[in-house]
Amino acid sequence: MATASRTPVLSVEHLTMRFGGLTAVSDLSFDAFPREITAIIGPNGAGKTTVFNCITGFYKPTEGRICLRHSDAKEYLLERMDDFRIAQNARVARTFQNIRLFSGMTVLENLMVAQHNKLMAASGYTIAGIFGSGHFRRTEKEAIALATAWLEKVKLIDRADDPAGDLPYGDQRRLEIARAMCTDPRLLCLDEPAAGLNPRESEELNRLLKSIRAENDVSILLIEHDMSVVMGISDPIVVLDYGQKISDGDPTHVKTDPAVIRAYLGVEDEDEDALAAKAVSEAVGGKS
Amino acid sequence: MAAQDAASARTAYDWPAILKDLAGTAIVSMLLMVPIVSYKSVITQYSLVLEARWGTVFIILGIILAARLLMHLFVWNRPPAALPAAKSSGPAKASLTDRIGPSVFPVLVAFAILLPIISGGDRRTIDLSIYILTYIMLAWGLNIVVGLAGLLDLGYVAFYAVGAYAYALLSTIYFPYWFGDGMLPWAFYITLPLAGLLAALWGVILGFPVLRLRGDYLAIVTLAFGEIIRLVLINWFSFTNGPQGITVPKATFFGLPFSAGPGGFADFFGIEHNRIYYYIFLYYVILILALVTYFVTNRLRRLPIGRAWEALREDEIACRSLGINTTNTKLTAFAIGAMFGGFAGCFFATRQGFVSPESFVFIESAIILAIVVLGGLGSQIGIVFAAIAIMGSFELFRELTIFQDYLPEGTDPVHFRMLAVGLAMVLMMRFRPRGFVTRRQPTVFLKERKAVSGDLVKEGHG
Amino acid sequence: MEYFLQQLINGITLGSIYGLIAIGYTMVYGIIGMINFAHGDVFMVGSVAAFLVILGIGLTGGSGLLLILLALILVAAVAMIVASAYNWTIERLAYKPLRGSFRLAPLISAIGMSIVLQEFVRVNQEGRPKPVQPIVTGGYELMTRVTETGEFIVRLTNMQILIIVSTLILMAVFTILIQKTSLGRAQRACEQDMKMASLLGIDVDRTISITFIMGAALAAFAGLMFFLYYGVTDFFVGFLAGIKAFTAAVLGGIGSLPGAMLGGLIIGLIETMWSAYFTVEYKDVAAFTVLVIVLIFMPQGLLGKPEVEKV
Repeated sequence: MATASRTPVLSVEHLTMRFGGLTAVSDLSFDAFPREITAIIGPNGAGKTTVFNCITGFYKPTEGRICLRHSDAKEYLLERMDDFRIAQNARVARTFQNIRLFSGMTVLENLMVAQHNKLMAASGYTIAGIFGSGHFRRTEKEAIALATAWLEKVKLIDRADDPAGDLPYGDQRRLEIARAMCTDPRLLCLDEPAAGLNPRESEELNRLLKSIRAENDVSILLIEHDMSVVMGISDPIVVLDYGQKISDGDPTHVKTDPAVIRAYLGVEDEDEDALAAKAVSEAVGGKS
Repeated sequence: MAAQDAASARTAYDWPAILKDLAGTAIVSMLLMVPIVSYKSVITQYSLVLEARWGTVFIILGIILAARLLMHLFVWNRPPAALPAAKSSGPAKASLTDRIGPSVFPVLVAFAILLPIISGGDRRTIDLSIYILTYIMLAWGLNIVVGLAGLLDLGYVAFYAVGAYAYALLSTIYFPYWFGDGMLPWAFYITLPLAGLLAALWGVILGFPVLRLRGDYLAIVTLAFGEIIRLVLINWFSFTNGPQGITVPKATFFGLPFSAGPGGFADFFGIEHNRIYYYIFLYYVILILALVTYFVTNRLRRLPIGRAWEALREDEIACRSLGINTTNTKLTAFAIGAMFGGFAGCFFATRQGFVSPESFVFIESAIILAIVVLGGLGSQIGIVFAAIAIMGSFELFRELTIFQDYLPEGTDPVHFRMLAVGLAMVLMMRFRPRGFVTRRQPTVFLKERKAVSGDLVKEGHG
Repeated sequence: MEYFLQQLINGITLGSIYGLIAIGYTMVYGIIGMINFAHGDVFMVGSVAAFLVILGIGLTGGSGLLLILLALILVAAVAMIVASAYNWTIERLAYKPLRGSFRLAPLISAIGMSIVLQEFVRVNQEGRPKPVQPIVTGGYELMTRVTETGEFIVRLTNMQILIIVSTLILMAVFTILIQKTSLGRAQRACEQDMKMASLLGIDVDRTISITFIMGAALAAFAGLMFFLYYGVTDFFVGFLAGIKAFTAAVLGGIGSLPGAMLGGLIIGLIETMWSAYFTVEYKDVAAFTVLVIVLIFMPQGLLGKPEVEKV
C-alpha cells in the first residue's frame, strides 16, 4: 500500500498490557496515518478499549511504546505522559463506550468545559477573570462561537441550553464527539460511537465522521462493532482477538481474511466437534 | 411486609399481620430502651445506684406502638396505585424553594442590611444574626468543596480553627513582638487576609495528599485531619496555650476602639457610648464577609475554574480526557474553600474574644455539612434557608424551657438540641436528600437560562 | 526489653478490642459499600449497657471466679443483644430506605445517627464518666528486673488474658460462621453482586440485617471488654474508638475479616508503643496519621484487593 512512505501520526509499538495475571493486550503494533480513519475491531473482550486506555493515558502500558507525531514534527511518547497532559499537549481526545457527559451541565457548558485550558489561560488562571478582563471576555466569546459551530454541525444547536443528561441516547453520542472536537485534537479516539444507534443515526454518524476527517486536521481511531460503519468509512482496519493483532489492512482485505472470519464466526469445521464435546461436558459438569 | 399487606385492600385490615408487627416493634423498642432508658445511674451520697424509670419507658413504648398502629391503619394500607402518585412530586415539578430561590436573594440582602434598624438594636436579635451569618459564610465556603467540586470534606472546621488561631496568635503574640503595641488596633484588619491565606495554605497542604482518594475514604481522611489539628491545638501547650485557649483583643472601627471615654468610637462620632454599636459593627463585618464569599463564589462558577469544579463533580474521568488537570482543580477548590473558612475563623475569634480548641470539634464540621446538604448541594440560596432553619431551631431549643414542667425531672430541653440535629440529618436524607434547592443554574447560555433538574446533577465521588 | 514486652502485651490487648470493632466496619463496608459511621457509637452503647447491667446485678471483684465468669457471660449477652437491636434499628430506619439514593445520603444519615446515639445516651445517662471497680483482678508476673529506681515487673493480668482469649474464641466462632454456613455464603454473594444474589433467591435484606447484627454483637463485646479494662466509659468513647477501629479496618484491607483483626492489632500496638516511647498526648494523632498514610499510600490495605479504576 501507498501508506508506507508517509509518516504515521500514531505509532503503537509492541504494546502489552497486563492486569495481574491477565494479558489484555499482547505485543500489539500498528500505525495510524494523518487524516485517516483507522478502525480497531474484534470480538468482545479482545482488548480494544484497553488499547484506547493505554493511548489516552488512563492505563500505563506494561510494555511498549506509543508515539504521537504532530504535523509540525513534534513527537510525544504517550506511555510516559499523564492522561490530562496527553489531552492537553499531545492533543488526543476521546469518547467513551458508556457515554461520559457532564449530565447535570447544559450542552453548551459541556463544550465550554472542553475548552478549559484555553479559557483558563485567558482568564489569567482565574485572577484576571475575577476582575473581568477584556481579553478573557473575548476569548470566552470565541469559545462560545466554536461551541455553537460544533453544535450546528452535530445538529444540537436547538438543545444548547438543555442539560446534557436530558438528551436522547443518539444525541448524547454526537455531543460527546463534539465535546472531544472542541479540544482541537490531532487524534480523536472514538470508543464504539455507533453503539445503540438506529440505522438512520448510524448513517448520520458516518457522514459526521467523514466530514470531521475532511474539514479538520485530525486522524480518527475508531473502535466499532457496527460493520456498516466500519466498512463504510475506515481506511485501514486492525483486527484484535484475545489481545493480539490477527489481521490488518483495508476493509476488503480484512473482510476476506480467514483469521478474521475464524475469530468472528467461530472455529472451522474440523474444530466444531471438539467444541460440541466441550459444551456437553460443561453442561454435565454444571449439573453434578 | 407492610407493602404486601397494603396490596390486599384498603378497608380489610390484616389484623394478625398488624398484631405480629406491633409485637415485633414492641420487642425491639424494649431492647432499645432496656437498660439504656429504663435504668439511670445516679450518684447518691455513698455510691452509684440505678434509678428505675419504667414510667418513661412505657410512655415511649405506647407512643411508638400507637404511631405504628396509626400508620398501619391509615398510611400503609393504601392501595399500591396511590403510592406512585404520592412520590411523583420529585423530578418534574420544581419545589417552592426552587421557584422562589433565585429571585429572593436581593430581598434577603436588603433585609440583612436593614436588620439592625428593623430589630431596633436588639442585642439578642443581632447576636443571633451574627451567629447565623457566620454559619452561612462557612457553609458557602464548604459549598465550594462539597457542592461544586463534589469532594466530601468532613474536616472543614480545621480551616475555621486555622483562621481563628491565626488571629489569636498574631494579634496577641507576634504583632506586639514584631511591630509593637501601636499595631494592635489594626490587628483585625491586617490579620483577616493573613488568616485567609494561611487557611488556604493549609487547604493545599491537607488537600494534596488526599487528592487521589475518593468517596468515603476522602471523608474519613479529612475528618482525621480535622481531629489532628484539634488535638495538636490542645496538646501543643507552649504554642497554643492548650485547652485554656487564648483571649484575643476586640476589633476596632478602623482604629477606633468601641470603648467608653475619649478616643473611642462613640466619642469620635459624638454619640453616647453603647455596647450595642460593637455588635452592630460585628454584624456588618460578617455580613460583608459573607457577601464577598457569595459574590466571589458566584463569579468563580462562571469562570473556567468553577466550570471545571462542577465538571469534576459530574465526571472526573471525562475531565481528564479533556485535558483538565484534576489535581490542580481539586487543590484550588480546597484552597479557596479553606480561605473562606479562614476568614470566618478570624471573625469568629474576634467576636468571641476568645479561642480554644473546644470550638472546633467534629460536630461543627457535621453541622456545616448538614447546612450545605440541606440547602441543596451547590445552591447558595438554599444554604441561607438551611442555615436559618438549622441554627434558628438550635436557638429554639433554648426557648423550650417553657415545657420544662411537662418533661421528666432533671431534663433540660437544651440537652435535646444535638439529638434533634442528628435526627434532622437522618430525616432529611430520607425525605429530602437533595435539599431545599435542587435545581442547578447553568453558568452560561445561548438563548435562555434553563435550570437543570437536580436528578441529573451528580453529587461527585466524595 | 522488659519494658517492650509489657507494651507488647498491652498493645495486643488494646488491639484485640479495636479488631473486634473493626470487623463490624469491614463487614458492613464489604456488603453495602458504606462506612457505618455510627458503628463506634454502637460499641459505646454496648459498653454503657454493660455498665448498667454490672451495676444492676451488683457484680464486684469480690465474688468467686466462676460466679464472675458466669455473670460476665450474662452481661456480655445483654450488651450484645442490646447493641444488636440498636444496629438493626439503625439499618432499618436510616440506611435501608436510602439504598439506591444518591451516594452521599447514607454517609450523612450515618453521621446523623452517630450524633443521635451519642446524644440519646447522654440525655438518658448524663454526660459524666461511668466508673466500675476492677472485677477481673489478679494476674501473673512474667519477669522482674531490678533497676536503680526500683524493680520493673512485666505483668500479664487476668483481664488481659480474658480479653485476648475471648477475642480468639469469638474470632474462631465467627470465621466458622462465615466460611461454613449458608449465611456466610449469602453474605459473600451479596458482596459480589447484590442484584444477582437476590435473583438467585438470597434474601438480601435479611443478609444485610444479620451483618449489622453480627457487627454490633462483636462491637458490644469489645465495649464490655473496653469498659472492664479501662474501668470507665461514657457517651463519647465511641467516637475515638470508632475512628481507630475504622483505621484498623482500612489498614487491614477493608472487606477482609482477618485484615480487620490484623489491622486492629497493629493500631493497638502503634498506639501503645507511641504512648510508651514518645508522648502519650499525641497517641491519637499517631493513630490518625497512620490512617492518613495508609489511605494515601496503600488504600487497598494489607490484605485487601487492589481496585482498578474503571474507565
